[in-house]
Amino acid sequence: MSNKKKHWEKTKAQMIVTMLLWFFFGYVIFMFGESLNSASFLGYPLAYYMCAQGSIVAFVIILFWSANKQEKIDEEFGFSGGEES
Amino acid sequence: MARTKFINKGSFIDNLPKIYGTYTGGFLIFIILMAIAESAGMTAKTIGIMFVAFTVCIYALIGWLSRTVQVDAYYVAGRQVPTVFNGMATAADWMSGASFVAMAGGIYFGGYTYMGFLVGWTGGYILVSSLLAPYLRKFGCYTVPDFIGTRYGGNLARFCAVVVLTLASFTYVTAQINATGTIAARALGIPFELGVWVGLVSILLCSMLGGMRAVTWTQVAQYIVLIIAYLLPIFWISNKGGYGIFPHLMLGEEVARLGELEAQFGLVKNAAADIKAAGVPGGLKSIALPHSEVPSGGMAAWKFISLTLCMMVGTASLPHILMRYFTTPSVKAARKSVAWSLFFIALLYTSAPMLATLSKLSLMDPNLPTGIIGKEISAVMSIDWVSAWTAQKQAFIADFNGDGVLQLNEWFMRGDVVVLSTPEIAGLPYVISGLVAAGGMAAAMSTADGLVLAIANALSHDIYFKIIDPKADVRKRLIVARALLVIIGAFGAYIASMRITSILGAVAWAFDFAMSGLFFPLVLGVWWKRATRQGAIAGMITGLGAGTAYLIYVYPKFMGNPAWIGIDHLRFGIIGASVCLVVMVVVSLMTPEPDSATQKLIDECRIPSGKTILGKQH
Repeated sequence: MSNKKKHWEKTKAQMIVTMLLWFFFGYVIFMFGESLNSASFLGYPLAYYMCAQGSIVAFVIILFWSANKQEKIDEEFGFSGGEES
Repeated sequence: MARTKFINKGSFIDNLPKIYGTYTGGFLIFIILMAIAESAGMTAKTIGIMFVAFTVCIYALIGWLSRTVQVDAYYVAGRQVPTVFNGMATAADWMSGASFVAMAGGIYFGGYTYMGFLVGWTGGYILVSSLLAPYLRKFGCYTVPDFIGTRYGGNLARFCAVVVLTLASFTYVTAQINATGTIAARALGIPFELGVWVGLVSILLCSMLGGMRAVTWTQVAQYIVLIIAYLLPIFWISNKGGYGIFPHLMLGEEVARLGELEAQFGLVKNAAADIKAAGVPGGLKSIALPHSEVPSGGMAAWKFISLTLCMMVGTASLPHILMRYFTTPSVKAARKSVAWSLFFIALLYTSAPMLATLSKLSLMDPNLPTGIIGKEISAVMSIDWVSAWTAQKQAFIADFNGDGVLQLNEWFMRGDVVVLSTPEIAGLPYVISGLVAAGGMAAAMSTADGLVLAIANALSHDIYFKIIDPKADVRKRLIVARALLVIIGAFGAYIASMRITSILGAVAWAFDFAMSGLFFPLVLGVWWKRATRQGAIAGMITGLGAGTAYLIYVYPKFMGNPAWIGIDHLRFGIIGASVCLVVMVVVSLMTPEPDSATQKLIDECRIPSGKTILGKQH
């Protein structure tokens, strides 16, 4: 496999992991909203909390984490060189 | 040339933190000066005018300083916007008048059910970051149709993309111009129809001379104003009322208390006939849905999830957002910038439920001096803010059971009033209300700017330059671009002045239109080499067609048929995007594979380093 191909394989894997996390915080927890709401966090009903803050904060963390991961992948294959427009 | 030094050189970029730091400090001093003026006896009306006029003048000044005669500065801000600042600009671009003015109101009336919008309007950025932004940045396009046109080749594909972009962005922009009009009218004390045109002139002042560069730097300034205007009152009310120093972490008890009050007063959904008979003005609502309780049943969960799905996929297809990431210096910066964007957006979005909670509690809790539910109607009517908002038909009391006491279902209010009036209800000085008006204006203007520019750039670059007159020189291209900006803005203002859309219906539709026609052609363009021109064209046409047809089929004001498995007019993008995907895949597989030049192009755009695929000037 060429360098480019390997880089793309790793990039794809990273994309899929990110999408799974996205799916969990965006959808899976809200499928069970009704039962989650009987639990509480900081005094808020859990599903309400996830909706108001929890998932949004999770999305921000996922974005920074994923961007850093992808940067590492780019470095590994020597594609992180300063690039000009 | 002092100006060129100020805005062109690297020194300007290096000095950004200092420049915007000074600007923020200056704005805070302005707020304090206004507070002093208020205590010295300046009228509420003058303070409102000062706030809106002062901030709009600053934006116009930035727009003027950022004027340019270069194509890449006009279309992509010279590709030198640092990540954090691009994040702020995107956040302002993103958070519209609806987010600022209507979101807390939506939560106030809709509770958990409405909060699907919160999740939907944030999660889409993960799609933007993982699937699209870095690759489009590498491509080096000026506009979103520029990518479609180059990846798939041919003018027809480009043209279809322009059609989807225009339809989606235009649905959105009228709502924004509408919002600038409403706020300008209220703050300056002029009629709404005139307010719309004042709003339009302010929008054009920010964008016309400097294109994307001017819009970028005004959006950063607008973000700072809108976030101060949103957060300051929330923290103030929370601390003043003793709810907690940091409301986001400390309102658990208040949310629980709302649940008790709902049980005590009872959530009653008024019959449409009763509302009509009582003469409740249009657009006003009463609280009928629980604040934090999750509605039971699989259908309710599906409705929640399908709404978030539409908003998320729509986010990743909206051209005015995608084009913000064309302005970063590198692919890496584009990716980081998406993360910063959501960070800045989250500051406001996570605060909206807190504002709704505080606002609802202050009206509903009979133990609080501000509470009105359960009190004598005659006493409530004599409260200053109630009589003021009732006179403007923004609030209404209908004594259905005729007992002279205000029940929860007898108090009607427009959603926008929650943000605009909460400072007043909580007894904050008027200077805060003036600040909130300036924030709402900033939110609506920044989004309108981004949208008008997205449409005008697509028409000037993709239709005029790429299809009609490819030999046009730079001067001519920029004249056409600016002329289109004025025409589109004026058309949007004209539609807005006819008052035919309510803010939220139109905003959600823009997401559905965009996802129906653009999501899969964009994503598969990067991720599936086998996608062909014919497939993309067929996908865009049938996707947009099917989505629109379904909208007409279900929307109550058109054909009004019952929605199929809960897919109503807010969610028609699910139909459009599914049709688009299926048609695009089938047609692509039936047509010959893209040629080797295209294959190479895609390989190239997947590599984050190296030159952009389209040249610096194209």
